[in-house]
Amino acid sequence: MASEVVRVSGHIIDSLILPKILDEIMDLEGTFEILELSVGKRKTDPSVARLRVEASSPARLHTILHRLSRLGAAPVTLRDARLARAPKAGVFPAAFYSTTNLPTEVRYRGAWRKVLNIEMDCGITVDRRTGVARCIPMAHVKTGDWIVCSSEGVRVSPLERTRRPEVFQFMASAVSSEKPKAQLIQRLAAEMRAIRRRGQKILVVAGPAVIHTGSGPYLERLIRAGFVQVLFAGNGFATHDIESALYGTSLGVYLDRGTAAADGHDHHMRAINTIRGIGGIRGAVRRRLLTKGVMHACVRRRVPFVLAGSVRDDGPLPEVITDTMKAQDAMRQHIPGVGLALMLASTLHAIATGNLLPATVKTVCVDINAAVVTKLSDRGTFQGIGIVSDTESFLRELVHALHL
Amino acid sequence: MCKPTYYTIAYEINPWMSLKRQANYRHALTQWTRLHELLTRRLKARVKLLTPKPGVPDLVFTANAGLAVGRTFIRSNFRHPQRQREEPYIERHVKRRGFRLVTLPRRYRFEGEGDALWMHGTLLFGFRFRSDAPAHEELARLLHTQVLPVELADRRFYHLDTCFAPLDDRAALWFPKAFDRYGRKVIEGLVEDPISVSEADAKRFVCNAIAVGRSIVLQEGFSVTLRQQLMQRRFSLHPLDLSEFLKAGGSAKCLVLRLT
Repeated sequence: MASEVVRVSGHIIDSLILPKILDEIMDLEGTFEILELSVGKRKTDPSVARLRVEASSPARLHTILHRLSRLGAAPVTLRDARLARAPKAGVFPAAFYSTTNLPTEVRYRGAWRKVLNIEMDCGITVDRRTGVARCIPMAHVKTGDWIVCSSEGVRVSPLERTRRPEVFQFMASAVSSEKPKAQLIQRLAAEMRAIRRRGQKILVVAGPAVIHTGSGPYLERLIRAGFVQVLFAGNGFATHDIESALYGTSLGVYLDRGTAAADGHDHHMRAINTIRGIGGIRGAVRRRLLTKGVMHACVRRRVPFVLAGSVRDDGPLPEVITDTMKAQDAMRQHIPGVGLALMLASTLHAIATGNLLPATVKTVCVDINAAVVTKLSDRGTFQGIGIVSDTESFLRELVHALHL
Repeated sequence: MCKPTYYTIAYEINPWMSLKRQANYRHALTQWTRLHELLTRRLKARVKLLTPKPGVPDLVFTANAGLAVGRTFIRSNFRHPQRQREEPYIERHVKRRGFRLVTLPRRYRFEGEGDALWMHGTLLFGFRFRSDAPAHEELARLLHTQVLPVELADRRFYHLDTCFAPLDDRAALWFPKAFDRYGRKVIEGLVEDPISVSEADAKRFVCNAIAVGRSIVLQEGFSVTLRQQLMQRRFSLHPLDLSEFLKAGGSAKCLVLRLT
């Protein structure tokens, strides 16, 4: 979707110039939004209109703008984005532009350039030689980097509204537990198939509750069937998954019986210790010590995973990245190409991932607690659906809908 | 007015002009002199003359020189370089006559009375082929008046004065097909008594008419219907042969510029 803001002024109402402009935009298959319209009070006073013109492609927009220029509507003259040098490593210049997760462009040397790897709450750096603009987290700034300052010359495009009813549009309203889930899951399954057909990746962010509730085997089936391309989780999730694979329990509770095992409280610590002894999850799979579970499926199916650490971790497992900034970067590397993110029963990791995703990525947040789902929606995840549900029933339905 | 001493077809900047169809100098001079005499002797109009200059053949079409309002003269910014050469001569003449000279920013093309005609206190402004739409706002600001821009739709009628002629406060001659539906609506709303002319009459440039009081000077050979329509409204008609000027896409109105 290409757009440009144009301005037209003069005696544009009585001369029907404005209605004509609007008609012409529609005739040329564009759309418009009137940003400002001030009508002259007397016959001799000029009126002013500012419109945002949108078209499906830059070429079409060009055609429309060319036609509008003949009617006296000219693009609002814009200056290049202002650039300033980063004063020191890890610090933006004071007036830096803080990004949103929406598709963003910056104007540099008279041309609009798409900002690569857009992510919210970052800055934009421009390579002065090549003109390439990319999103840059604060921690990555190097002294002397050219950083975009103020919002002048920065253009943020709202997400395209599709005319086809879609699952993500269908559920774009507020989070509620009172929604028909079966229908929703059917449509989600169709969307997942479509995403895979397009060659995009599906990202799963999972919390330990996925294992506690006994839905690990469903997630395992999704991985084996090729519906998961990246997994983000924490130490807890991996630990309980391995614990269940080694002892059949999760936090000491038998997953098949629902009863506590004698001395089961230390199973998770023994699981961590075993894996640490072997040197890692991958090693455990290779030596056939770990023969089932989600982590096993990931290693076998070569699905990359990022385990990010936190202050309450036990152990942790050798694969857990305990430096949070390094963990962020590791997660960031897997973001390009993601078309859908499934966030399952996780607060910390779901929000961390939500912050890294561009708004164009569709997200599904499943949690038993409505507050978590709402919190993620409030982070500005635009194409998100929130499902207030137990993960076990959700995943069971999803696996069923995908005929796995 | 400007005597057609150097009038010729030297270039092609509208569909009427063809280098293969040259104007006859003697005929052109005779036709112009008849128009001049009709205006000065019969219609008692006071006519000032602009000195002709070699190399600017279209200087005879003085209507395109600019727009005079009171003692202010808004000079044209011609679209074609061939006609931009007229600008210094016009400027010099206007200043000598004691007008306050105003020019629009260079980016706005504006071709004077060719595209700007008064109708009942409102300035109707034709754009697209010669003048640019945004110029209307400048005119409105300078003149403190309502200026209604209308888009011209037929390349043959490239100036507003080739398809629209105000006759008095109520009536105007016009060729509706030279405008799009928006322009037609605007004119129908502005003119109380619009008289539409047939395509044959329009191609004869009858809309390029000069109204002096109740007298109308226009190209001869128009239809009986038009004659009757004008007679009914108590206009007296003064048909003239100006065929030599039609070869350059002009007629009676193009040859004069109203100064008062």
